Amino acid sequence: MSAPPIAPLASLDELWFQVSGTLCNLKCEHCFISCNPSNDSFKYLSYDYVMKMLDESVALGVKEYYFTGGEPFLNRELVAMVEQVLKVGPVTILTNGTVLKTDWMKRLQTAEQNSQYSLEFRVSIDGPTAEINDPIRGERTFERAMKGVAMLCEFGFLPIITMTRIWDESREEEILDAFRGVLREHGYTRPRLKIMPRLKIGAEANRTEGYDQFERITSEMMAGFDVSQLLCNHSRVVTDRGVYVCPILIESESAKLGETLREAQVDFPLLDGACYTCYQYGSICANPSSKKVEA
Amino acid sequence: MQTKFAFFGGIYNNYLALGAAINDAHSRGVTQMFCLGDLGAFGPYPDRVFPLLVENNIQTVQGNYDHSIGNALEDCQCGYTDPRDNHFAALSYAYTLKNTSPENRQWMKELPSEIRLTWEDKSTLLCHGSPRKTNEFLWESTTSTAFLERLAQEQNAGIILGTHTGLHWHRRLKNNRHFINVGVLGRPENDGTTNVWYTLLTLSLEQSDQEKDSVTVEFIPVEYDYEQLAREMELENIPEEFIETIRTGWWTTCLEVLPAKERRAGKY
Repeated sequence: MSAPPIAPLASLDELWFQVSGTLCNLKCEHCFISCNPSNDSFKYLSYDYVMKMLDESVALGVKEYYFTGGEPFLNRELVAMVEQVLKVGPVTILTNGTVLKTDWMKRLQTAEQNSQYSLEFRVSIDGPTAEINDPIRGERTFERAMKGVAMLCEFGFLPIITMTRIWDESREEEILDAFRGVLREHGYTRPRLKIMPRLKIGAEANRTEGYDQFERITSEMMAGFDVSQLLCNHSRVVTDRGVYVCPILIESESAKLGETLREAQVDFPLLDGACYTCYQYGSICANPSSKKVEA
Repeated sequence: MQTKFAFFGGIYNNYLALGAAINDAHSRGVTQMFCLGDLGAFGPYPDRVFPLLVENNIQTVQGNYDHSIGNALEDCQCGYTDPRDNHFAALSYAYTLKNTSPENRQWMKELPSEIRLTWEDKSTLLCHGSPRKTNEFLWESTTSTAFLERLAQEQNAGIILGTHTGLHWHRRLKNNRHFINVGVLGRPENDGTTNVWYTLLTLSLEQSDQEKDSVTVEFIPVEYDYEQLAREMELENIPEEFIETIRTGWWTTCLEVLPAKERRAGKY
């Protein structure tokens, strides 16, 4: 068998914080890391730990910061962390939009206004109607997330609505149009939309199917491939259990690369089925949509 | 003694703005002009840009657009991801490819991807998007200072100049280093005004105080006959959305790559 394809870390540009671990107020059936209200296999990051890693990241020249979970806003120190990080770089928060509070929004609005950097919100909603969204994300989650979107808009933010493609691709345009319409009805006049492919690991592997054995990157596939399309080529994620290669693979023990960012600057073998999805679509975790549509 | 240099970004076929910028630079005593690439896109009559560059001895970096047109690639490699953005990018790319002469395509094909210069003790790097990737977007609100410090260090450059995003900005770094996005001449900056921008860099030589920075960076607004450009775009059947941008100063396309702060500043 030939050696597995390897992704080098070309440049540590984005640093992710798994700020609420695997804890989430929702229990989405397609979650790629099985987050739910009782899954504490990864725990909250403390403020002091995030500040320590932030210091190391500045010394290494990190370009952008992302806060994810679980649901980041469950961590009651999130807002204070973001206020600090915005002093040194841009921040994106990935939220389900269902637990936002106006006093947090006020503080974050002020923090962004005082910063030269952008504060982005990515709100996960998986369809333009409760009928499409709620069976996957839970009862009343559509209504609650849309209230969150309306609140973000009220505070002048332009949230990026992130959808996992749980529909047939032939319906894509219809779904996107419906989404734009419903967002406008909720006061979001220039909606930004991002589509994510399904990642067939975690809860999603149980909901539908996992990866087939052939769904793996081979060494041959790497020839002529722009490796910067893979998040692990320019990113790492900080968890309470150390630094991992990417926010998708934290439940894979081989994805842990070290205790510090410096230790985690090593090559990564692309052995997981999720690596294949990342390869297929490109930049799936970046704020703009993926470059490729489903084949 | 002072030496002045002018830097032009993204021309996007806007030969009228380029001509106006060249005249403005001359009037300010500029001794050398540079262009950071993306000569085509958006506007009319691509071939009208080249004589201005050649006659004025403007050293030019190859942008992603120039690489694409020069090699007759399938698309502009602008780095958009949104289907609507790519739809409009494809329209202007097809127009520009069709209307650029073989000689000018060959000229673009041979442009360097970066230019390195040394002025006194200032090592200067001219690129298109970033020194490491031609079509990388370095936006003001999503590029940390720590990252730029690393970039300057890795590239061993005192001044890095780029364009590609369409919006000018400047970050002063440690040890009198600078990162400068020079802006673009091709279209207005999504602020509701019709003027475009270039960058004037003044080097004060024989600086007696070693601690003091010898570099001054100024962004120069350029007025030009945008109405004539808009009329010519209409004659060439260029999409109405592009013409609206020229006449109003608001971007109507290629918006989905903008970060929150830059997006909020615009109308759409």
